[in-house]
Amino acid sequence: MDLNIFAFILVGVLLTGYAILDGFDLGVGSLHLFAKGDRERRILLNSIGPVWDGNEVWLVTGGGALFAAFPHVYASVFSAFYDAFMLLLLVLIFRAISIEFRSKYPSPTWRKSWDIAFSISSYLIALLAGIALGNIVVGVPLDKNHELHTNVLNLITPYTLLVGITTVALFMMHGAIYLLMKTEGEIQSKVRIWVQNAMIFFIMCYVSLSMITLLYVPHMADKLREQPLFFVVALINMFAVANIPREITKNRPTYAFVSSSVNILCLMSLFAIGLFPNIVPAVDPSNSLNIYNSASSAKTLRTILIFALLGTPVVLAYTISIYWIYRGKVKLDEMSY
Amino acid sequence: MDVEILARVQFAFTAAFHYIYPPMSIGLGIVLVIMEAMYLRTKQLIYKQITKFWVKIFALTFAIGVATGIVMEFEFGTNWATYSRYVGDVFGSPLAAEGIFAFFLESGFLAILVFGWNRVGPKTHFISTIMVALGATLSSVWIVVANSWMQTPAGFHIVGEGMNARAEITDFWAVVFNPSSMQRLGHVILGAWLTGAFVVISISAYYLRKKLYEEFAIRSMKIGLIVAFVAMTLQFVSGHASGSGVAKNQPEKLAAMEGHFEANAPADLYLFGWVDTESQKVKGIAIPNMLSFLIHGDTNTPVKGLNAFPKEDRPPVQTTFQFYHLMLFAAFLMTVILGAAGWFWYRGKLWTNKTMLSILTLSVVLPHIANQSGWFAAEIGRQPWIVYKMLRTSDGLSKSVTANQVLSSLIMFTLVYLLLFALFLFLLNEKVKAGPFAKTNLSEEYRDTGNQVAPWVNRITRERVEQDTE
Ligand code: HDD
Ligand code: HEM
Ligand code: HEM
Repeated sequence: MDLNIFAFILVGVLLTGYAILDGFDLGVGSLHLFAKGDRERRILLNSIGPVWDGNEVWLVTGGGALFAAFPHVYASVFSAFYDAFMLLLLVLIFRAISIEFRSKYPSPTWRKSWDIAFSISSYLIALLAGIALGNIVVGVPLDKNHELHTNVLNLITPYTLLVGITTVALFMMHGAIYLLMKTEGEIQSKVRIWVQNAMIFFIMCYVSLSMITLLYVPHMADKLREQPLFFVVALINMFAVANIPREITKNRPTYAFVSSSVNILCLMSLFAIGLFPNIVPAVDPSNSLNIYNSASSAKTLRTILIFALLGTPVVLAYTISIYWIYRGKVKLDEMSY
Repeated sequence: MDVEILARVQFAFTAAFHYIYPPMSIGLGIVLVIMEAMYLRTKQLIYKQITKFWVKIFALTFAIGVATGIVMEFEFGTNWATYSRYVGDVFGSPLAAEGIFAFFLESGFLAILVFGWNRVGPKTHFISTIMVALGATLSSVWIVVANSWMQTPAGFHIVGEGMNARAEITDFWAVVFNPSSMQRLGHVILGAWLTGAFVVISISAYYLRKKLYEEFAIRSMKIGLIVAFVAMTLQFVSGHASGSGVAKNQPEKLAAMEGHFEANAPADLYLFGWVDTESQKVKGIAIPNMLSFLIHGDTNTPVKGLNAFPKEDRPPVQTTFQFYHLMLFAAFLMTVILGAAGWFWYRGKLWTNKTMLSILTLSVVLPHIANQSGWFAAEIGRQPWIVYKMLRTSDGLSKSVTANQVLSSLIMFTLVYLLLFALFLFLLNEKVKAGPFAKTNLSEEYRDTGNQVAPWVNRITRERVEQDTE
């Protein structure tokens, strides 16, 4: 396997890790306002309390890896979508501080304001990420220097908006299932209803998005037709989605959560397979940024490979231990949010 | 206004604001390790309470450090796209390393440091504290390496020409150990220790002055003072090394820092002054020929002045000079204050002397002033280059971004950061007022009955809770 393919996979793995891990945080955020009263909201907040920051580091590291491995993609995409990224940064800031600040002061107005900020920013992050993915699927009008001159509003089309909404639905379902694992008693029965509704919401989006993609962006499926192995990914994806309601009825939230994570993994893989070897397809294909014309030198890619080989086992080891230490139902104590 | 000015102001503002918080996290990290080690050694409950309280302060600074750090991570791409294309091959890997080796460590173990008191044993908790402190320190390593490479590039070659020229790495370790990275790293970390130590000193002095929690405050303050003494002493060695490094690697920056114009003459060391760029003289108080002595060990050896360099390659003199001297002035004040505190401590009067305690409370701003002005001197002194002698700042901009876009985002950051800063001060004040034995984050369930309760009720509740903790 050449180094460029490896780097493509590495960035993909980091962003998929982000989607699976921060995905449930964002989902909990979008459900936050449905919880009523201070205690319920604190339980939601503390279900992600010890882990949300570590989850967000997947995005930060993904950004760093993209800069190191594909500097032209980093430069083009971030400057091209300037306003969208500034909005994203704004909501990332607000989300981080609303989690941290909310419970640090005992006033109802204070807490309500942060609850709202937390929830809105969680929705917007999912929506913006989805719209960005949607644009990359349909291709962006890069010029021959890989620069892009367009108004952000042109990036919001019915199709990209649908991808955005599907992302919101996906994370909502993922987050609700996570909460099912972390709660008990009265609040858990509430969560059960959220899970049902979020599943219906997601499956509707998922079906319509799949059909519309096949109709309007057929090139995304070319690879699946060529290579039967990739088709298997699509099949696994469908099974994973179908398995979620089954596990929920059997009252096995952990299995449902695994299924939901496999679902996200498959969706990201299909997205990557559809793009490959491009990273940012341009409307005029000769201007596209692919894993070769946007990459760093072999030496740098090799350095990143070494970082990944050294870092990944260690990071995984302590991430898993931390999830293990915080396993089980949420209990509020003196140091909780 | 053009894109260049706006993008520079935005970068400077967001970086400077971010840099209020990391030094506190790095410094408090070290202090926490010491405090918890004392708890494990002595098994005295007071040290556990001390550690717990400073963890709360740490968590607060950490939160804003994270929120503002994310902006930095993406700002190279949004505002400096051409620069990112040019240096990505070299500059990206330290940034990626920072994520993999530092941020994961820090944020992962923070979960145990803050929430893990009842979940893991004391040893595991202590290891987590060490890991968080290590993670914070490591992130400063990688980012300072990256920044130092922009000051003194090494280990690369240029491929392509004109528009398509870019730097490619030839030797990773030469990039990491570029001529300025290690001395600047030492300087930055010592600055961070001072910052963390002064946070502890300041809050403890406040309690002592109010005669509150005295045992807690005295023990905290002792730890803070010792860290500060050590860091301040070493900082002189490290600052001198940085200065000699600048003299060797970036002579025009040194000339600007001291307002030295004459192309080839022995140079004076200014204590303070005002640069008159017309007459090319500095009005102020100087030790004659001292700069020559500090750099070359001889008062008569000439030092290259600004006139030895082409006009278009000279950094702004006045701002570089003033920021540099502001840092030195802050360092001088800190030294005097720490010296006085040491003397009072030795005489056994420190814990009751109101004047000294007030000074110590206020002195928390000094390390911040030194940190900020040190960075401003280092960065402005590098101008007009974004990568020294390779890429001009004006050539590093994003081509597709307009002045209006940058202006809007600059206004947004200004408003949001002012709000963040106000909230930070408010919460810090709340935490300090609540005292070391308060239960944090009280649940508000009793409010759900509908009654609005006046703020003073909170305070009473808090005091009651205070009484029934440990
Ligand atoms: C000397 C230290 C230092 C310096 C010069 C910088 N940082 Fe920083 N950064 C830290 C030291 C630090 C830290 C101590 O590790 C922080 C502060 C609070 C924290 O939690 O981590 C942090 C947080 C932090 C985060 C959030 C990490 C997370 O989510 O946990 C990001 C993405 C960055 N930084 C990125 C940057 C970039 C791109 C910088 C350069 C322009 C930069 N920092 C300058
Ligand atoms: C955190 C502490 C830092 C502070 C307070 C700081 C401050 C500044 C200031 C004042 C400028 C503007 C100089 C001018 O335009 O006259 C600047 C520019 C810049 N600095 Fe830093 N800096 C910091 C850290 C860093 C780091 C760690 C990096 C790189 C890794 C960096 C990279 C840059 C870049 C790319 C610019 C923009 C180009 C420029 O205006 O020169 N800075 N910084
Ligand atoms: C004791 C006397 C000191 C001397 C002689 C000194 C010297 C210097 C020099 C020459 C630089 C420029 C380095 C460069 O451009 O590469 C610098 C930068 C800096 N100084 Fe100091 N310094 C002193 C004290 C302090 C103190 C007490 C602090 C903080 C508490 C501090 C914080 C900084 C920072 C953050 C920078 C920017 C980062 C860097 O370039 O290393 N300095 N200092």
